[in-house]
Amino acid sequence: MKIIVPVKYVPEPTARWRYADDLTLDRAQVDGRLSELDEYAVEQAVLLVENGLDATITYLTMGPAKAADALRKALAMGGDDAVHVSDEALHGSDALATSLVLARAIERIGFDLVVCGMSSTDAEMSVVPAMLAERLGVPQVTFAGALAVGDGTVTIRRDGETATEEVVADLPAVVSVTDQTGEARYPSFKAIMAGKKKPVTTWTLADLGVEAFEVGLSGAATAVRSAAPLPPRQAGTVVVDEGDAAARVADFLVARKLL
Amino acid sequence: MAEVLVLAERTDGVLRKATLELLTIARRLGEPAAVVCGAADESTIGVLGEHGATRVYVVADPAVDEHLVVPKVDALVAAVRRAQPAAVLVTSGAEGTEVAARTAVRLDSGIVTGAVDVTSGDGGPLVTQSVFSGTWTAQAQVVRGTPVITVRPNAVPPETAPAQPVVETLDPELTRASPGARVTRRAPKDRTGRPDLVDAAVVVAGGRGMGSAEAFGVVEELADVLGGAVAASRAATDLGWYGHEFQVGQTGKTVAPQLYVAGGISGAIQHRAGMQGSRTIVAINQDPKAPIFGIADFGVVGDVHAVLPALVTEVGKRKA
Repeated sequence: MKIIVPVKYVPEPTARWRYADDLTLDRAQVDGRLSELDEYAVEQAVLLVENGLDATITYLTMGPAKAADALRKALAMGGDDAVHVSDEALHGSDALATSLVLARAIERIGFDLVVCGMSSTDAEMSVVPAMLAERLGVPQVTFAGALAVGDGTVTIRRDGETATEEVVADLPAVVSVTDQTGEARYPSFKAIMAGKKKPVTTWTLADLGVEAFEVGLSGAATAVRSAAPLPPRQAGTVVVDEGDAAARVADFLVARKLL
Repeated sequence: MAEVLVLAERTDGVLRKATLELLTIARRLGEPAAVVCGAADESTIGVLGEHGATRVYVVADPAVDEHLVVPKVDALVAAVRRAQPAAVLVTSGAEGTEVAARTAVRLDSGIVTGAVDVTSGDGGPLVTQSVFSGTWTAQAQVVRGTPVITVRPNAVPPETAPAQPVVETLDPELTRASPGARVTRRAPKDRTGRPDLVDAAVVVAGGRGMGSAEAFGVVEELADVLGGAVAASRAATDLGWYGHEFQVGQTGKTVAPQLYVAGGISGAIQHRAGMQGSRTIVAINQDPKAPIFGIADFGVVGDVHAVLPALVTEVGKRKA
């Protein structure tokens, strides 16, 4: 069985983010890392194999040269090999183009199961898993809090506000997992060194039969028109409770017509 | 004027407030029209009309609900082909976002997600998004295809604008067995009687400072006396004090209620990302240096175990 885990190289959450002049997220000025939410997907794929599933794990990313760091981090956690789609023309790609490139790469690698994180920590759209499923013509089972694979199916547990559901789909399928699936491992020095030796293949758009005009800023079906940092929310009144805090909060709520 | 399609969502047969908010936004952009998946009774049509829908497309085939996501995409795409709308509006949320994502691929149309506002603009709807964990605001437009826009609940107050909707039945070919994901087991949770977290006008949330699962009792009491929903920080859900389906933050729900009360929550950036769009924030925390006080409209440095119960009593008195 072949498992593919698409991962994203994102700016450090603690860094100061800003838009570049072309209104894309300025990735050049900040350090990057493997998206924290993709680490859960890596962990689940590695666990499936450790728990006896006969499968290989291939990581897939698209992005600039530095994005290879995300693949190395994932390979240190486990898995077999990785594919890096790197092409100048990709800069500024929107979700539609991203899903197109990833889907072509997934088809070329061959797959039974695609395991995604629930969202990127930069664009935070949560649309790529569903878009991949649509492009690949397979079912999607998303926001899994737990997953199991067997008998040609994938089964997940998903916790909603009104019910806990078990959802089953036939393989091949696309899954996304949440941070509830369990802590992602911290690779040892030995694992990091082993990860460095695993093969990483680089593909360009030409290798995938995708034309430059289909991707990047010029091929995007969406355009950012303007962006600005929000003025920081003003801190309001802060009082120290001297036994009267509840009454003062209630007064405040009345003044704001919330009570 | 071109139609603007709104994907209607119902919980136990009742239209979600978020759907009525979409109709309110749709009126700014064109003729509001709703797409209903499953049989539509008179009350559904009536409420849609009351909020401005001039047309209602009904996909009554019960198979539309048998599988997750994909049949609703079939229904929505059929309605788009029929109506040739100026835009498609869907409520942000697990299923809505996926329906919108697949629809965008099928139509090869641009998609903008998580709108906090949508206005009419030159060259199509102008979508305001809160980005970078809620620290920036951006305006985006779709430049190819029919704009597909997901809108966060509580983006606008729903307004009535009575219309007599024309009801039109659509009977598209629905994707059945495969590729289908099916729900094989469903364990309903006890009904709390509280509003849905993302739709609620008031949210009372507890964090690590609550100290125990039992202490969430008073969070629930305050939510109930204010008519609100209960939420928790990731620290509290990870500790098992409250269900993680009630988690607010980057990996949980994003809420924007009129009032957000944070009890024992320090206000890490991941939590703020899920709630800083709230109209009014009240915070109670032991630590005067907690970052939550930097964004609270009213902060109390004090013991949540003393202040929250007193607040339950105080609110109860003033409502009496």
